[in-house]
Amino acid sequence: MALKIVKGSIDRMFDKNLQDLVRGIRNHKEDEAKYISTCIDEIKQELKQDNIAVKANAVCKLTYLQMLGYDVSWAAFNIVEVMSSSKFTYKVSCSQLQLQSVDAVLITTIINSVSLPLVTQDLSSPNQYDTGVALTGLSCFVTPDLARDLASDIMTLMSHTKPYIRKKAVLIMYKVFLKYPESLRPAFPRLKEKLEDPDPGVQSAAVNVICELARRNPKNYLSLAPLFFKLMTSSTNNWVLIKIIKLFGALTPLEPRLGKKLIEPLTNLIHRALDLLYGMVSKKNLMEIVKKLMLHVDKAEGTTYRDELLTKIIDICSQSNYQYITNFEWYISILVELTRLEGTRHGHLIASQMLDVAIRVKAIRVFAVAQMATLLDNGHLLTGNMQRNGICEVLYAAAWICGEFSEHLEDPMQTLEAMLRPKVATLPGHIQAVYVQNAAKLFATVLRKQEGTTDSLAAQETSQLLIDRLPLFVQSANLEVQERASCILQLVKYIQKLQQKEVEVAEEVTALFAGELNPVAPKAQKKVPVPDGLDLDAWINEPPSESESEDEKPKAIFTKEEPKHTRPRHTEVDEKELARRREARKQEQANNPFYIKTSPSSQKVYQDQPGVEHIPVVQIDLSVPLKVPGMPMSDQYLKLEEERRQKERSERKKKEKKKKREKHGRGRRADSGPESEEDITPAHHVDIVTEEMPEVCWVLLQSGYFIPQVMSAQFLFQKSTKHKKKKQKKEKEEKEKKKKKKHHHHHHHHHHHLHSADESVQNGTVEEEEEPLPVRTWPSLLTHVYDVQGNLQDGSQVVVSVIFENKTDHFLKSMEFNVLDSLNSKLQRPEGSSPHDGLAVPFQLPPGVSNEARFVFSVQSIVMPQKLKGTLTFIVKTEDASTHEKLDFKLHFTCTSYLITTPCYSDAYAKLLESGELKSSSLKLEGVIMPFHHLLARICFHHHFSVVERIDSCASMYSRSIQGHHVCLLVKTVSTRPPYISSLLL
Amino acid sequence: MRFMLLFSRQGKLRLQKWYTATAERDKKKMVRELMQVVLARKPKMCSFLEWRDLKIVYKRYASLYFCCAVEEQDNELITLEVIHRFVELLDKYFGSVCELDIIFNFEKAYFILDEFLMGGEIQDTSKKSVLKAIEQADLLQEVYDYF
Repeated sequence: MALKIVKGSIDRMFDKNLQDLVRGIRNHKEDEAKYISTCIDEIKQELKQDNIAVKANAVCKLTYLQMLGYDVSWAAFNIVEVMSSSKFTYKVSCSQLQLQSVDAVLITTIINSVSLPLVTQDLSSPNQYDTGVALTGLSCFVTPDLARDLASDIMTLMSHTKPYIRKKAVLIMYKVFLKYPESLRPAFPRLKEKLEDPDPGVQSAAVNVICELARRNPKNYLSLAPLFFKLMTSSTNNWVLIKIIKLFGALTPLEPRLGKKLIEPLTNLIHRALDLLYGMVSKKNLMEIVKKLMLHVDKAEGTTYRDELLTKIIDICSQSNYQYITNFEWYISILVELTRLEGTRHGHLIASQMLDVAIRVKAIRVFAVAQMATLLDNGHLLTGNMQRNGICEVLYAAAWICGEFSEHLEDPMQTLEAMLRPKVATLPGHIQAVYVQNAAKLFATVLRKQEGTTDSLAAQETSQLLIDRLPLFVQSANLEVQERASCILQLVKYIQKLQQKEVEVAEEVTALFAGELNPVAPKAQKKVPVPDGLDLDAWINEPPSESESEDEKPKAIFTKEEPKHTRPRHTEVDEKELARRREARKQEQANNPFYIKTSPSSQKVYQDQPGVEHIPVVQIDLSVPLKVPGMPMSDQYLKLEEERRQKERSERKKKEKKKKREKHGRGRRADSGPESEEDITPAHHVDIVTEEMPEVCWVLLQSGYFIPQVMSAQFLFQKSTKHKKKKQKKEKEEKEKKKKKKHHHHHHHHHHHLHSADESVQNGTVEEEEEPLPVRTWPSLLTHVYDVQGNLQDGSQVVVSVIFENKTDHFLKSMEFNVLDSLNSKLQRPEGSSPHDGLAVPFQLPPGVSNEARFVFSVQSIVMPQKLKGTLTFIVKTEDASTHEKLDFKLHFTCTSYLITTPCYSDAYAKLLESGELKSSSLKLEGVIMPFHHLLARICFHHHFSVVERIDSCASMYSRSIQGHHVCLLVKTVSTRPPYISSLLL
Repeated sequence: MRFMLLFSRQGKLRLQKWYTATAERDKKKMVRELMQVVLARKPKMCSFLEWRDLKIVYKRYASLYFCCAVEEQDNELITLEVIHRFVELLDKYFGSVCELDIIFNFEKAYFILDEFLMGGEIQDTSKKSVLKAIEQADLLQEVYDYF
């Protein structure tokens, strides 16, 4: 016997195991069939042996062959035999094979005759995993006969002590019920118990089974509704929740009362989903998402839910200053559509959005005014029902927009008439007041139009209309309405008198409402220049004496808030004085029973070390992202930008007096903010790499106000003021190329830039702050503003965002963007197009409109900067003809374009430095005058670095390239000399 | 769920699990047909399709397609979640799983699937408890092998 076993295992050594078989099949790709037939012969031999291990091995191999599609049913008997063995693996593979290989008829016969005892034996095996395997196997080949025979066994297992078994038993009952429905009735109470099983796995299995059963016959499960309701409100398992909701979907048609109960928990779930949406939107999918939400708004039955949807739509659209809206006409249309909602409480919200957009987005005003005029015209629809009161708030916005921007109205007379209808008097007072005031504005516009023509009677008729209609408002109960109406009525009467004397009054009436109302940004105060001679840091009164500030508590509050002022004074106090005071304080604290002593450790450190005061206190400048690199910090950079621009502006004002500069057709939406485009200098300059080229600067010109986040990214286009840098840079590049290592530029402060390659292209540039181009047929055509971003998912791609703005008065279409590919960088074109094809820009540009397009470039090596030449072709459509135009540009990728801001903690950073794998180089920059924290912020922002640690005027920074190179950077200021920068590269 | 298939980009079947008894010949035919349909689909196309009287939910992970057939009334999205959870389990068990792992350890892959799904229904939604069961079973097998 022993010999036999030994012999068996020796035989086994020469057998193929499963791994060999798989490997063998992979190695015989050409003659797979032949190889497998030899394998099958071997297996047949193995199956004839006595050694169960050999047999099991053979069966394992059969499983694999079977999966490949070979017929193994001839081995069914051996398989069952192996399954009866006690070894676990064999069973696993056999249970697999049972299902796979043996067809249904065979199963029934074999199992009933041979393996039924085996399976039942396994079911009661002491080992839970044996039982588990038996159950799993069974789940795949339950037949009605098996189900009938095993139902009671499995039912017992449902109360097994091990949750592992309970869970499997519960699930398999589902299969049993399907095959043998009679078993359901006796098993159901126990199944119901499992819904409240302490083990979440068992519980979810039970929910699963009952939900599936209920779907087939919901009526019988109505009694479980309260139990499921409890589960739904208490369970945090999403999988279970989905199943339960599905179940309720089947139950509610049978029990209408259930629907009411479900509203609350379900809306909670929906809110969660809506919150997700908020974070999900991007420029690309915003319209789609809102469209879907609008559909839901139409379908929604409850007002609360609908209102919720409405606020969500507005929240989503207006988030981060309308960051994701590319087409404001679309947004206005959405808002107008929302006014059709009956009984919403959010009329005010819609109104404020309308006002906001119309004021901030100049280009949209024509469209907005037209829409608002229609709204006013149909105002009676909104006010017809007192129930709909909430929505009439939008008329407030409509009236104001139509009045304020009345020059865009197509038929101001009609709108004026609509605003003075008697029905208006039923509106709430504050809306009427706006109506009256804006009717006056409209009146001015109408007068101007009518006086321009020869028909002077028409103007008088208009005055008469107002005189006829306004008395209604004079009688209003609302004070504001009354006051405005009577004032305007008298004014119009006076105007009429003048008109009768044939005096032209339009100019003067218009002057009443002259001047544009501009929105004020929350941070506008910062933009107000500090008047000369006013020092905000100086004390207005004599500063309180030192001893007072030290001893008196209330004063201490002030010193805390203004550490700047207190710190220098601290250092002035001499050593002795300090010691004396500390002693006094200690005494006082010791004697004061109410004083809670600080923890001994900190107290000790502070008191025992002499001269702690000498340690320089590093003031942390919060405008530099010290702690949370990688977080969106654009606001802070914006602040920096603003500070900078403010400085610029004050400087420039002086210059401007001397030199009057030409202003070329500004963007239509350009000066919406308190900061008009003229104020925005290209304070950062474009570092021109090819010196022969004329220096042409691309600046962002418009819409800065209402999209601050975009703006902050847009001001990165800079022109080098220091030519020596170029030399340095070139040298460095050469060095780096030799090294073939990741290289990093920190000395030119641009993100990347674009410049007109060819001066002869007449329509090229937009804003030349320094050197206007000599010839230009199109005064200013297009601005491109870019952002280059590495693609995190793909180490070899960068995405370039380009903003196209049409600054002409003509329609632009058929724009094609093309770049001459280099060996290293290629524009990604759709499949099937040749490498010289341009990419169609997916939109057309009406005058004054801008839009953004993204282009993906694949890059091979990221260790060198790239310069790509490209052209943009487009068709300019004028009234009578259209011409084909071309604009050349250069696209520059710097090495830092490929960096991705990655946070790094100081310990990890130290390890990196210690590793010795870093290559290093350093350089000195001279003539850098900006404050150190500005410099850091710039490096962070433009070059995607994050600050690891900053000590005084020395900082270590970290970034990572899209291909995973580490880039470490050390920036130092050498006394008053400019920052000394050294970089370490890996 | 009726069945789950794993096959490669080249149309090689890597794993199949049938939750209803089907004749061998039909299985083969269905697998062949389904592979053709799924492999012919472009990457941007929807992960769901109607096929015969079933709904097919598939997802491609690297070179491997995970494909499930569910009944008409079943929810496609949760099926997609099931596929993903299965992949997560494989990934956790093998440690960044690749096709070869499944080829050479297909019995393990089957076992993971069996611990996660049973009779076509989710058995346990907790990754932890599924992996614990698998670990236990591995241990058990080692002990047996030792004797």
